[in-house]
Amino acid sequence: MSDNNSVDLTAPTSPPEPRLDTGGAMETLGRSKASRRSFIKGVVASGAVVSSAGYVFGGLSGCTPEQAATPGGVERLLRLNINGEMRSVDVLPNETLAMTLRYKLGLTGTKLGCDRGECGACTVLVDGVPNYSCSTLTHTVRSKEVRTIEGLEGANGELHPVQQAMIDELSPQCGFCTPGQIMSAVALLETNPSPTRDEARHALSGNLCRCGAYDHYLNAVMRAAQSA
Amino acid sequence: MAYSLIGKNFTPPDIRAKVTGQAKYSEDIRAEGMVFCRLLTSPIPHGRIVNIDTSAAEAMEGVLGILRASEVPNPPEPATPMLTDAPKFIGQPILAVAAVDETTAHNAIEQIRIEFEDLPFTVDPLQSLYPGGPDARPDGNMVAPGVELRRVKWTARDFAAVEAGQLPMGEATLEWSYGDVDEGFANAAVVLDETFVTQGLSHHSLEPRTAMAYWENGKCILHGSSQSQSFPHPGIAEYVGIPPEDLVFVAEYCGGGFGSKGNAYPFMAIPAHMSRKIGRPVMMRVSRHEEHFIGSARPGFQGRIRMGFAADGRFTAADLYLVQENGPTTGWSDYRAAADAISLVYSVPAMRFRGIPINTNTPPRGPQRGPGQNQIAMAVEPLLDKAAAELGVDQFQIRRINATTSDTRYGANQNTVTSAFLGEALDIGHEQFDWETRLARSGQRNGSKVRGVGIGQAFHSAGSSGFDGLVRITPDGILHIHTGVGNLGTYSHTGTALVAGEVLKYNWDNCVVERGDSRKHLPWNFGQFGSNTTYTHSRTNYVAAMDALVKLKEIAATDLGGVPDDYDIGEETVFATADPSRSMTYAQAAQRAVELGGRFSGQEYPEDLNDMTKRSVEALAGTGLIGVSKDNLGRSGTVAGLAAGFMEIELDLETGKWEIIDYLGVADCGTVMHPQGLSTQVRGGAVMGIGMAATERHIYDPQNGLPATSSLYQIKPPSYLDLPSEMQWAAVGEPDPENPMGMKGVGEPVQGCAAAALLCAISNALGGHYFNRTPIVPDMVVNAAAGRSQSHGPLQVNTA
Repeated sequence: MSDNNSVDLTAPTSPPEPRLDTGGAMETLGRSKASRRSFIKGVVASGAVVSSAGYVFGGLSGCTPEQAATPGGVERLLRLNINGEMRSVDVLPNETLAMTLRYKLGLTGTKLGCDRGECGACTVLVDGVPNYSCSTLTHTVRSKEVRTIEGLEGANGELHPVQQAMIDELSPQCGFCTPGQIMSAVALLETNPSPTRDEARHALSGNLCRCGAYDHYLNAVMRAAQSA
Repeated sequence: MAYSLIGKNFTPPDIRAKVTGQAKYSEDIRAEGMVFCRLLTSPIPHGRIVNIDTSAAEAMEGVLGILRASEVPNPPEPATPMLTDAPKFIGQPILAVAAVDETTAHNAIEQIRIEFEDLPFTVDPLQSLYPGGPDARPDGNMVAPGVELRRVKWTARDFAAVEAGQLPMGEATLEWSYGDVDEGFANAAVVLDETFVTQGLSHHSLEPRTAMAYWENGKCILHGSSQSQSFPHPGIAEYVGIPPEDLVFVAEYCGGGFGSKGNAYPFMAIPAHMSRKIGRPVMMRVSRHEEHFIGSARPGFQGRIRMGFAADGRFTAADLYLVQENGPTTGWSDYRAAADAISLVYSVPAMRFRGIPINTNTPPRGPQRGPGQNQIAMAVEPLLDKAAAELGVDQFQIRRINATTSDTRYGANQNTVTSAFLGEALDIGHEQFDWETRLARSGQRNGSKVRGVGIGQAFHSAGSSGFDGLVRITPDGILHIHTGVGNLGTYSHTGTALVAGEVLKYNWDNCVVERGDSRKHLPWNFGQFGSNTTYTHSRTNYVAAMDALVKLKEIAATDLGGVPDDYDIGEETVFATADPSRSMTYAQAAQRAVELGGRFSGQEYPEDLNDMTKRSVEALAGTGLIGVSKDNLGRSGTVAGLAAGFMEIELDLETGKWEIIDYLGVADCGTVMHPQGLSTQVRGGAVMGIGMAATERHIYDPQNGLPATSSLYQIKPPSYLDLPSEMQWAAVGEPDPENPMGMKGVGEPVQGCAAAALLCAISNALGGHYFNRTPIVPDMVVNAAAGRSQSHGPLQVNTA
């Protein structure tokens, strides 16, 4: 183009390159498909229906008589591996992992931003893979290792390199999406210890930040990758 | 001036909890015996309850109570009520049901039968202004803060302009002008007359406004989601129906607010009323869907602006008309702020403004980051480029020649500013962004992609004065900086506390910021909104620390002889300047303050303090050396927070999608208090600005009044993949003369400048096609690129 402000808007152009991303993103896509399938399967097995109206969950120490009669015969008393500890917990068939963690195990570091698999604030690792715990039925993680934000600190209180890097880079603003961002970053660095910034961007792309602290989260991921 | 604390990065005291998951937001609080309540919300846009039957719900096992509108102290109409029997928007809370668990509460709500009488509704202000058009309220259709509710209709003749796709301009309810507007247009080389639309925007803070409350010994303990700590306290107490001293308000962490959690809001008090009614702690979890309706939204504009420019690009006159979509209740004053912003940012020599806020049956409106200023930046900045093209000057030049300065006067009353360095911000951006090189390659084609460049500018009043500061040196030598600033995520609760440490020459390791819970005895501080915290509370901490300094010297003089002026401070010691061996440590002085009592340790205090500060000082009396003062430093004008954004994009004409190649945001915020914090604001503001310009939608179906965007995936706030991997920032760094440390705020303009820069860059890539509408979504770009007409009319609002 000679005239830098004039563009022929109707000129034919070559088809755009597909903007679907690198291998990292495809992996993420693959994973989320798998977890959606298992989520649906879990719902069908329990015979419960996920309500469309906001947060719905059963009693904190048990379930209501109505729910006790839920067909499906799913065992309720589970032993779950949470942050390397075996925890016994009474779980309803339709209960999400986020609710179990937050309301039965006291692990409130996992946040609920949407409860609909849109924002990623509730991201935890299941066998090392980031999952939206708001959209994961607790019954599906029975024989798996679950890691939450509370499981990252060392025994004597030293922070995980990702956590320390998040402090050094002033990554969190309001902090509500931070645990989810950190869990996605930890999972990335465990599978790819030296990611490019673009790979990190794709790995964390399931985590929304309304404050827009994305740059600072990426800075932290890159810093943590270097320090590890 | 060289500072030892200010201008240096620090580790905020609350950040470790944010990265470990230990930070407690409202939904993370538990209390013994806590139960849950859920809201029954309106399924219709406007109506009233004719009949309601809650008997089946009340009879259900596990249901503990139902709270109705008649049981709560609703504010007088037309303010947004806590609960209502006459809903004016879909999603409006009608009643709350408490039960042993949420499932039961939800099932109980399903059993409540309500018969509504439907009333006319509207989701378009112009529709309501038509003769015989529907009103969003039974008692009127026009209201805003400070503007009394009434009904306004325009004549059919007023609407003639609609035929030409232009905004009709009937009776306005606010009008002002200054200078000779007609002469300004007569002398203009170019005059533009443009109609535009900016969208409403949901705040959608990532933390929905969950609240938990219980009662203990006659006091209400309320954990709420609030960006502010002290400022909303009296208002929340009023919503709870108790005196402020009977409210314990905890807002230690807040998952984002962006203006929607800055003031007291009624819904936070619902669990408090429910708890009092049923005698149990009550948590009200708010869902994402509910947050869309009760979580506030930015008003949209239908506007028309005439702008005159001299041959060199200088503004000669402006004439602005704004119709503001203001939701169903009192709403906000964006339209006023928008007019002021035009006048200020471009130093417009003559201007007329007319505006009218009109109610619609959509979520209640409130301030959102740069309320008014940022919408108008999106409307006007691209039109500057259009004028520049007609005049043959470039996008930078037209901004530089009009850039406001510290001498500017603006708005109806020709107010002054404390400082303004917008031109300097533009110059920094011009150089650091290498503007000339990027401008030269704009329009370059790469397959279906075209390069475009844009500059945006924005303003917000960025500071206030007259609030109180409170610091305390305890006998262990520790400086406690009590702050009523909220925790919005800017870390300015601690950034402004540095000022007290600086004045008293403290080692920061020996300083503690007391905040987040009214039981920590906090001073009366302004809300954490309006970009004001840095300016306002650097001042309050300054005056409180100065009061402590005076007292340190007085105590030294009393004990060691001489007069206070003989003494100086350093290394947390007060010593005689002539003989530094005559000294006492701050710890010793604090102990002496306790022994001396009176004003030294808070038994006496200045009369001009706010009641909240007085109560806090009384509670702290005798625990150390108290420094407390109202900020009486005075202020002669508006504190101008200004920002300029520079952006280069590649726009794909086949998909309509843009990719941001680079962005630089430059802040005029005086002395930089906290570089890292400022960088997060410039970049984070840009992210939100990019969303506002080109991704975030607010859609309502005009036939049924139904929302099409209540979830994040529908609204589309920007994600990592919408943004460049890195964005750049810079600051002018010229101190503001009316702040003791030269600081001022900038959290809001850094959004508007980025939004405008993206819009300008898109139009630039399209060779000068102006949409006069936000957001510019991909199908609009594709239509423009293909020369097709758009799917929306020029005045349509709440469209896809």
